[in-house]
Amino acid sequence: MKYDALIEKYEPVLGLEVHVELGTESKMFCGCATVFGAEPNTQTCPVCLGLPGSLPVVNEKAVEYTIAIGLALNCAIAPYSRFARKNYFYPDMPKNFQTSQYDEPICINGYLDLDVETEDGIKNFRVEIERVHMEEDTGKSLHMGGDTGRIHGADYSLLDYNRAGIPLVEIVTKIVEGTGKYAPLVAKAYVKELRDILRGLGVSDVKMEQGSLRCDANVSLRLIGEKKLGTRSETKNVNSLRSVERAIRGEMIRHSILLEKGEKVKQETRHFQEDTGETIAGRSKEEAEDYRYFPEPDLVPVAPSLEWIESIGQSLGERPSDRRKRLQSAWSVPDKEMAAMVNADLLDTVEASVLLGADPTKARSWWLGEISRIANEKAVAISQLAITPGDVAKIVALVGAGELTDKLARAVIEGVIAGEGDPETVIEKRGFKVVSDDGALIAAIEKAVAALPDVAEKVRSGHIPAAGALIGAVMKDTKGQADAAKVRSLLLQHLGQPE
Amino acid sequence: MSSAAGISRAEVANLARLARIEMSDIELDHLASELGIILNAVAKVSEVATADIEPTSHPLAMVNVFRKDEIRPSLTAQEALSGAPAQEESRFKVPQILGDE
Repeated sequence: MKYDALIEKYEPVLGLEVHVELGTESKMFCGCATVFGAEPNTQTCPVCLGLPGSLPVVNEKAVEYTIAIGLALNCAIAPYSRFARKNYFYPDMPKNFQTSQYDEPICINGYLDLDVETEDGIKNFRVEIERVHMEEDTGKSLHMGGDTGRIHGADYSLLDYNRAGIPLVEIVTKIVEGTGKYAPLVAKAYVKELRDILRGLGVSDVKMEQGSLRCDANVSLRLIGEKKLGTRSETKNVNSLRSVERAIRGEMIRHSILLEKGEKVKQETRHFQEDTGETIAGRSKEEAEDYRYFPEPDLVPVAPSLEWIESIGQSLGERPSDRRKRLQSAWSVPDKEMAAMVNADLLDTVEASVLLGADPTKARSWWLGEISRIANEKAVAISQLAITPGDVAKIVALVGAGELTDKLARAVIEGVIAGEGDPETVIEKRGFKVVSDDGALIAAIEKAVAALPDVAEKVRSGHIPAAGALIGAVMKDTKGQADAAKVRSLLLQHLGQPE
Repeated sequence: MSSAAGISRAEVANLARLARIEMSDIELDHLASELGIILNAVAKVSEVATADIEPTSHPLAMVNVFRKDEIRPSLTAQEALSGAPAQEESRFKVPQILGDE
């Protein structure tokens, strides 16, 4: 079934679970480091390996960060919350359980308001938050043998527990309904806004590609007008913003095809495939999982004082949505350009250039224009290019001072990105410098006039278009590094003609 | 599992499955009756757990036991793996997790 047809008939209902690894120095319940990419099993201890006799102790910073997240999402902070053991037999936790929160999460009942850019303009949606709770991340498995590195058919698995025990916060939405055809866009906007909030709070590095922010998307369809929810699928491994949109759209289409054929949607976990944009079935959830949750006896409850909550609330800083409004007005950016900058994730970068003295419009146009173009051409993210906000500020300043033309500035940007050094170094290495010294220009003009006396005479007699040949000669003499407008003005002056 | 005394054979079988413990029919019958006795004994607690007594998950009335977010030395990979029955590439080696389904 085509998307346009399905949304005429069915209403999508979403539920989003976002896991975010907190950016603490140490793990949730022990002092092991949390560095990404460390050698396997070099960041473990008796606590996170679940060895007998070890006792977990809660990381205070992780609690503080979680409360900050709850407050930023307009949640109530529970005066009393507890940890629970979620028991399961998967070797990704060496303890055979994950310490999580169950019926007493730390934050409840929040919401997030979204401005969603759609083909019909900006639409507002509110996504309600059910809960925000604390838990710990699991280890990383490598599935060996078999055909594809997938868990099915693997001969055995290898476990690295460096990640096991890293503080993890799970943010769960209530049912998201009434978004209709915009459902995939709303979900993407939600994860993006959440990511920006978390980044703004400084509680996580929110790198989806490294797994520090992960989204699971529950999708179901029901006939429009129907109250009862349809059967949902839960898609995991959605690790980019674009994938959130694609995965949900794909699942809506897959469900609609099944329903149209009179078949049932299976309640199951599915895995998103980045390359094909499709999902494949994982563990079946037909048998409801029984995690035998019970209160964690090794940890005492968390009961944050009102003073603590208040002081965390006061340190939250500006909301990303407020910041966008403030910058848009301060920089006088048109709506469309603003959306382009936000979509390209360039707000921080442009702001950094502006804070280093660059004109906001100029800085924006280099980042959104030439630099984005090069990134596209190389098929990499802008952040991966070897050019800094400082470099761009410097280039904007040089162009402003007339020391670089736009054309030379583009070449400098290319040079910086090619790794030739900072703008000054590139200018020096490539011998770029706008010849703005009037003396040198006048000498070149005199030389040109002497070489082309007939042309000079024509200009003197008022035939201004003839000046082109002389300007060309000067530009050639200065190896194209003079500002042509300046040459023209000096030349006409020299030949006694008004500009 | 309800607080009502006793445990059915089916409940024991389900728990055994969840705990990955293989049990024979004889063992299931045996355990269902033995666990039932234990549960009955523990259920006596509910006789004194009246409405005016708060549920508790911890024997001490303590809250907020925290540690500062500071790194402490970890084990070396060698130490971490020293108790592992099998290892490969500095990782714990475990048998097949899911069969071919």
